[in-house]
Amino acid sequence: MKLYCLSGHPTLPCNVLKFKSTTIMLDCGLDMTSTLNFLPLPLVQSPRLSNLPGWSLKDGNAFLDKELKECSGHVFVDSVPEFCLPETELIDLSTVDVILISNYHCMMALPYITEHTGFTGTVYATEPTVQIGRLLMEELVNFIERVPKAQSASLWKNKDIQRLLPSPLKDAVEVSTWRRCYTMQEVNSALSKIQLVGYSQKIELFGAVQVTPLSSGYALGSSNWIIQSHYEKVSYVSGSSLLTTHPQHLTAAVDTVHQSLVELPSGLGFWSKLVVVVFLFLFYLIFCRIIGRKRCLLSLPSSSFSQPMDQASLKNSDVLVLTGLTQIPTANPDGMVGEFCSNLALTVRNGGNVLVPCYPSGVIYDLLECLYQYIDSAGLSNIPFYFISPVANSSLEFSQIFAEWLCHNKQTKVYLPEPPFPHAELIQTNKLRHYPSIHGDFSNDFRQPCVVFTGHPSLRFGDVVHFMELWGKSSLNTVIFTEPDFSYLEALAPYQPLAMKCIYCPIDTRLNFIQVSKLLKEVQPLHVVCPEQYTQPPPAQSHRMDLMIDCQPPAMSYRRAEVLALPFKRLFEKIEIMPELADSLVPMEIKPGISLATVSAVLHTKDNKHVLQPPPRPAPPTSGKKRKRASEDIPDCKVLKPLLSGSIPVEQFVQTLEKHGFSDVKVEDTAKGHIVLLQEAETLIQIEEDSTHIICDNDEMLRVRLRDLVLKFLQKF
Amino acid sequence: MDPECSQLLPALCAVLADPRQPVADDTCLEKLLDWFKTITEAGSSLQLLQENPCLVELLCHVLKPQGLSARVLSFSLRLAGVFAAQESCFQYLQQAELLPGLFGEAGPLGQAAWSAPTVRSGWIQGLRSLAQHPSALPFLADCGTLDTIFSLQGDSSLFVASAAGQLLVHILGLSLQRPAEGPPSPQACDWPVCAQKIVGHIEGSLRSMATPQVTQALNVLTTTFGHCHGPWMQVLWERLSPLVACLLQEDPLPAAHSLVDLLLSVARSPVLSSSDCGLWETLAQTLRRLSPAQAGPLALGILKLQDCPQALRAQAFGVLLQPLACVLTAADQAPGPPGLPEGTTGDSVTVDTLLSSKSACAGLLCQTLAHLELLQPLPQRPSPWPQAPLLGAAVTILRFCNGSAAPASDVGGRLCAILAGCVRVQRAALDFLGALAQETGPQELVTQVSAVLLEYLRSPDSSPTVLKKAFQATLRWLLSSPRAPGCCDLDPDTQLFLRELLPVLRKRLCSPCWEVRDSGLEFLTQVTRHWGGQAGFRHALLASEVPELAEQLLRDPESYVRASAVTAVGQLSSQGLHATAASPEQLGGQKESLLAELLHVLSTDSEGFPRRAAMQVFTEWLRDRHADVAEDTERFVARVLQAASRDLDWEVRAQGLELALVFLAQTLGQPSARCPYAVAAPQATPPGPLAQALRALSRVRLFEFAFRALFDCDRPVAQKSCDLLLFLRAQATPSGGLQEAEGSPDVVPVEAALQRWRAGEQGEPLGDLEPEAVLAVLRSLDLEGLRGALAESSDHVEKSPQSLLQDMLATVGVRGENQADCY
Repeated sequence: MKLYCLSGHPTLPCNVLKFKSTTIMLDCGLDMTSTLNFLPLPLVQSPRLSNLPGWSLKDGNAFLDKELKECSGHVFVDSVPEFCLPETELIDLSTVDVILISNYHCMMALPYITEHTGFTGTVYATEPTVQIGRLLMEELVNFIERVPKAQSASLWKNKDIQRLLPSPLKDAVEVSTWRRCYTMQEVNSALSKIQLVGYSQKIELFGAVQVTPLSSGYALGSSNWIIQSHYEKVSYVSGSSLLTTHPQHLTAAVDTVHQSLVELPSGLGFWSKLVVVVFLFLFYLIFCRIIGRKRCLLSLPSSSFSQPMDQASLKNSDVLVLTGLTQIPTANPDGMVGEFCSNLALTVRNGGNVLVPCYPSGVIYDLLECLYQYIDSAGLSNIPFYFISPVANSSLEFSQIFAEWLCHNKQTKVYLPEPPFPHAELIQTNKLRHYPSIHGDFSNDFRQPCVVFTGHPSLRFGDVVHFMELWGKSSLNTVIFTEPDFSYLEALAPYQPLAMKCIYCPIDTRLNFIQVSKLLKEVQPLHVVCPEQYTQPPPAQSHRMDLMIDCQPPAMSYRRAEVLALPFKRLFEKIEIMPELADSLVPMEIKPGISLATVSAVLHTKDNKHVLQPPPRPAPPTSGKKRKRASEDIPDCKVLKPLLSGSIPVEQFVQTLEKHGFSDVKVEDTAKGHIVLLQEAETLIQIEEDSTHIICDNDEMLRVRLRDLVLKFLQKF
Repeated sequence: MDPECSQLLPALCAVLADPRQPVADDTCLEKLLDWFKTITEAGSSLQLLQENPCLVELLCHVLKPQGLSARVLSFSLRLAGVFAAQESCFQYLQQAELLPGLFGEAGPLGQAAWSAPTVRSGWIQGLRSLAQHPSALPFLADCGTLDTIFSLQGDSSLFVASAAGQLLVHILGLSLQRPAEGPPSPQACDWPVCAQKIVGHIEGSLRSMATPQVTQALNVLTTTFGHCHGPWMQVLWERLSPLVACLLQEDPLPAAHSLVDLLLSVARSPVLSSSDCGLWETLAQTLRRLSPAQAGPLALGILKLQDCPQALRAQAFGVLLQPLACVLTAADQAPGPPGLPEGTTGDSVTVDTLLSSKSACAGLLCQTLAHLELLQPLPQRPSPWPQAPLLGAAVTILRFCNGSAAPASDVGGRLCAILAGCVRVQRAALDFLGALAQETGPQELVTQVSAVLLEYLRSPDSSPTVLKKAFQATLRWLLSSPRAPGCCDLDPDTQLFLRELLPVLRKRLCSPCWEVRDSGLEFLTQVTRHWGGQAGFRHALLASEVPELAEQLLRDPESYVRASAVTAVGQLSSQGLHATAASPEQLGGQKESLLAELLHVLSTDSEGFPRRAAMQVFTEWLRDRHADVAEDTERFVARVLQAASRDLDWEVRAQGLELALVFLAQTLGQPSARCPYAVAAPQATPPGPLAQALRALSRVRLFEFAFRALFDCDRPVAQKSCDLLLFLRAQATPSGGLQEAEGSPDVVPVEAALQRWRAGEQGEPLGDLEPEAVLAVLRSLDLEGLRGALAESSDHVEKSPQSLLQDMLATVGVRGENQADCY
C-alpha cells in the first residue's frame, strides 16, 4: 500500500492511495497562495496600479519591467494570476480510478486533473459539495475572466532569472507548474464526471474495496472517507469539526462535569465524587436556565449547519490519513467571532465602513448568523450589509434547500414556514442585500457606513479589489480578515501604504490539536499518516509542544512529491467456497476445537473476487473434437497425497531407530530443532518445527525406510 | 406541659404505636422531638413520664417485634435518649428494662428494621442524647453497645458513619472528663472501661494499616482534639503519637488527608501546642513525607498557627512555594529562582507531579495559588514576604497559560503544553495576582503585570470568566498604583496603562457575549467611583468613547447588562463624566435626557435588575445632591416614588423607601434620634419649618407611598416602611405644637382608606393628605406593635405544640377518610 503525496499544503490536500489494485485520489485541493505574487486585478481602472514602475535588476537591466512591477517595496508579477497545481509527474494520473472529494474547498483543482491528465475514472462527492464547489469555481472563473488581461508573464519563471529576483518571488516553488485559471467549459466538463453520493453510502470499487463517505461536521456536505476491504481499513480524515450541534451550554455542562470528575480531590471516594458531580451538573443546568438563552450568542453556530462529525465509524482503522486541521491552532473560533463583532460595531459606530473579504459560502453563513443575533443588541439595525458575489444569490438560496445535509436543529426548521438560516430574514427585512457585482443595481442602493462581504480573500481579484482601493485611504474604515487561507500581511502588500484599519480574525472551525488527540484516543488507529507540518510545532511558536500531533506510535509524515510505503501487511484474503464444494468437505478434528479438511478445488478470480469451485471430474476418455478441447482446459488432477501433522518426539524416534538396527545414532541440538546423525550410513535426519529432511547419498532404499519410520509418528488425513 | 397537650398525647401515642396508621410527614416527628427537648430542658423528665404513662407505653411498644415503621422506630429511640439524658429518668428507664431493650442486643439491632439507615441513625442519636452523665458509661460498656458503634463507623450511610464517629468522641470525652480528680494516669488500666475500649479500638485500627480503618480512627481523633480540651488530651496524644508516627513509615501513606487533618487539629489544640510532645518533629516529618498536593493544606495550616517553631514555618513555606519555584525555574535559565527563601528549589517530585497530567498540574497550581492568596493578608504570614518572586510566578503562569511564554527548558516546554488554554489555572492566577496588588513590587515586575493583564484583556481567546477575573485584578492593581509625588494625579505609568486599557475596554463593551459587556461595565463603575476626581483619568476617559458606549448599553437586550449600564452611567454622571458633559450648550438638555432615560428604565423595563439599579442610582444621586436632582428635588422624588410604588418587584419598592428616607432626612434635618447614645436630647424642630417640611413630603406623595408600603404583601417592604414612619413620628411629634395650633384634623377618611388597604384593596388612592392628618394617623397607629408582628416569622400564629399534636392527629384521620373514599 502506497501513498503518493501530490500537494504540500496541509489543508488543501491531494494524495493518491494505491490499495489492493485500486488507485484512489483523495481530494484535489488547489493552492491559491501563488496568486499573492501577482498584482491585483482592478475592476475599475486604477491609476495607482497602472502607473506602478517596472522592476529592474540591480545593474539597471530592465528587461523584466513589463512583467514585474514594484509597489511599496515589493515586487509583483503583472499578469493574470496563476495557481500552483498538485504534482503531476509523481504518478501517471491517467491511472487514477476514482477521486474522492471531502469538501468544496478541496476540489478546486479538479478541472486540471480531469481535463488535462487523461483521467478516465469517476469522481465521488456529496451533492452540497458539488453544488457549492461549482459556485466557488464559477466565482473564481468569473472574477478572472471579467478583467481580461492580455499579458501573460513567463520570462521571470526561467530558473536562471528567478534566482535574481527578490523574495518572495525568488523562493516561490514549482513556478514552472503554475497555471492560469481554468475555463467554465472545463469546470462543467469536470463536474460532469462527478457521481453524487450520500453519507454512509457504500460504493464498491471493482469488488476490491468499498468506499464510504461519513459526515465530517465541517461544512455543508463535507465528508471523511472510509476505504476498506474485508480485512483492511483506511480512514481518510479531511477538514472536520467537532463544534457540535448541541447548545453550547449543555456541552459546557458536560465538560464541567467531566473536568470536575477529573479534578476533584483524590481523597474523595468514587461515590462522593459522583454525588458532587451530579450536584454540579444539576446546578449547572439550573444555572443555565436562570441565566437564560443568551449564553449561546457567542458560540459559533458554525458547522452547526452541517451534520455532526461521525467518529464512531473511524474506529479500528489500520491507517488513518489525517489532513485539514485548523490553520490557526491558537485562535478559538468563538473568541474570533466575538472579536469580529466587536470590531465591526466599533468601526460602524464611528461612521466607518467594514470590508470582509470572504468566499461566497462557508464562514459567511456563520458570520451572518452571529450578526443576525448581534446587530440589534449593538444598535446596528439600520446599518446595511452587502454581499457581493457573482454567485451570491445562488449561495444564499442553496444553503436553505439542502435539508437532509443540515444538522437536526436546522432540519426541523425546513418543515416550518421559517427558513433554516436567519439570513433569509435579514434579506426579507432588507438588512442584508446581495448583488452579483458592484456594477448595476448596487451603485444605486449603496449607502455608507456599511458592511460589505465580498471576494476574493486573496485580495488579488474580485470586487474586493475595488473596495480596497476605495476605502483604503481612510482610517475610519476597517478590513476584517476572517478566512484563514491567506496571510493577511501578504494579501495587503500591494495596497500599502494603507490608512484603513486591519483586523485579523481568522475563523477556522476545523479540528485543533486538543480535539485531534481526543479523537485519536477514541478511534485508536494503528498508524497515523499526516502532513509534516503537523508533526512539529508551528515555526513561529516553536515552544508550543501542544500544537502538534502527539500519538503512539508517532505519526508518519509526508511532504509534497513524496511516496510513502504504508507499514501495513496484508495477511488475509477472503475466498468464497461454493456450496457444493463445502458440502463435500470432511473436517477432521486434530485438536480439540480445531478441525481440518483438505480441499481440492479450482480458484476462480474475477473482479477481485475469489471463489473456490469444485474441481471438474476427471475427463472420460476422449472421443471427438469437442471433448478433446474440454480436456485441454482441465488441470491435471494427480493422486492426492495425504497431509501430515504432528511432531516427532526425538527420544522415541531414536529408540525406534535403534530397534530397527541403526546402532550409531547420535543426536545434536540446533537452534531450530535436532539433527539425528546416522554415522555409519552417512545420513542426516534434520528435524525442525515445520519440516523434516532426510539427507542421504543416493540410497533410496534407506531414505524410504527412514521416511516410513518418521511417518509412523505423524498423523495422516 | 399544658393540660390540652396532655389530653391529646395518649391518642397520638396510640396512633404512633399503631403500624396500620403510618405517619405521613416525618417533619412532624422532628417538631415533636424538638418540643419534648424543650420540655425536658425546662423540667424533670421523670415527672413527665410519670404524668404521661402513654409515653412509656409507646417506648415499650417499640420493644415488641412488629411492623412498626422505620420512622416511628427511629423517633422512639431518639425520644428515649432525650428522656434518659437526665440521670433520674435514666435510672427509671433502666429499672423498667427499657433501655437495654431499646439499645441492646434485644432491640432493633436484631430486627429487620435495622437495615433502614434512619433506624441506625436514630439509635446513634438516642445514645448521643443519653450519654450525658457518668452513670450512662457502665450501661454503654456492658451492653456491647460500643462494639456496635465501632462497626457503624464503616456504615454504608455516610450520615450514620459520621454520627458513629462523633458518638465515640463524645463517649470518650465523657469517660475521661473527671475534673475533680485531676489528670488521668498514663496507665491505660486505670482508665474507665469505655475509654479503654475506645482507645484500644483506635490503636487497633491504626495498627491495621488498612486505609478505611485508619481513616476512621484518624477522623475520631481529629474530632476529639478539635472539641475536647481536658488535660487528658496530652496523655492520650502521648500514648497514640508513636502509632501515628509509625503510619508515616508506610508506603504508600494510608489516609494522608485525614492524617493532615489530625496533625493540624492536634497542633491547634491549646492543651498540646504549648507543650512540645514531639509534635513539631512529627509535623516536619510529615511535610517531608507527603506528596506535593497533600502537603499543601498541611503547610498552610502550619503557617496559620500562632506559635510554632521558626524552622518548621520555614519548611512549610518552602513546601508551599515549591510548585511556583518549579514554574519559575522552568521559565528561567537562571539556576535558582531569585528572591525565594533559601532552600526553595523546584524538587523533582513536584516537577513530576506537575508534568504527570493536565488535571494534576492544574490541581496543584490552583491549590498553591489559593493557599498563598489566603495566607497573604494574614498577620502571621511569613516575613519577609517574597513579593517579587510571587509576582514573577503569577505572571509566568499566566504567560504559560496563554502561550506567550518562551520556556527555557524541556520542563518549561511541557508545562507550556499542559497549561495552554487552561481556564481554571488562569482564573486562580488572576485572583492571586489581584491579591498581590496590596503591596507593590519592583517597577520592572509591575510593568510585566500590566502587560500580562492587558494581554488577557485584549485576547479574543480569554473566556468570559477569565476576562472578569482579569478586570478585577486590573482594578486592584490600578487602585493600588502610587500617586506621583507632589501632586494628586495619577503617575505617568498608570496614565500610559490607562491609555492602552481604555480602547480595550471600549472593544469589550461591544462584545457579543453579554458576560463580557457586563464585566466591562462593572469595571468601569468601580474605576470611576475611585478615580472620578483624578484629572488624568477624566481626561483619558472623556477622550475615549467609553461613556457613549456605556449609555448605549442602557438599551442592551440582556437585563444584567442593562442593570450594570444603569449603575455605570449613574456613576459617570455623579462624577460629571457623563457622555455629553463636554459640550456646554447641550448640557442641560442632555442631562435631563439621562434622568429621563433612567426614569424610563424604572417605569418600563421588563426585568427587575435594571429597575433596582436605577433606584439605587437615584438614591445615590439624591444623597450626593447630584446637580440634576438638586435643580428640582421635589419633582424628582415625586416621579421616582410614583414609579416605584407601582413596581411589582419588592426590592424596587424597598429601595423606594430607602430613597424616601434619604429625602425625609434631608427635609427634616439629619435625625439625632437615630443615634440612641447621643448626649443631647432630641432636637426639637421648630414648628414653622416642620410644617413646611411636612407639606413638602405631602407634595411628593411620600406619605401615600409609605402607608401603601406599610401593608405591602412582602414583609421586608412593610418592615422598612414601619421604620420610616416611626422615624417620621419621632421627628415630627416632639415639637408637639403642630396639631394644637391647627386644631384637630379630619383623620377619618385617611383611616378608612388605610383600613381598606389593610383589607387588600390597594387600588384606591388616598387623596391629598394634610400633614396634620398624617401625624394624627401616625399617632393612632400602633407602629411598634406592627413592627413586632412583622419581626415574627410567618408561622408564629400557628406554631404551638397543641396545634402540632392536633395536626398530626388530623392527618391520620384524613388518611382514614381518604381510604374509605377509595373503597
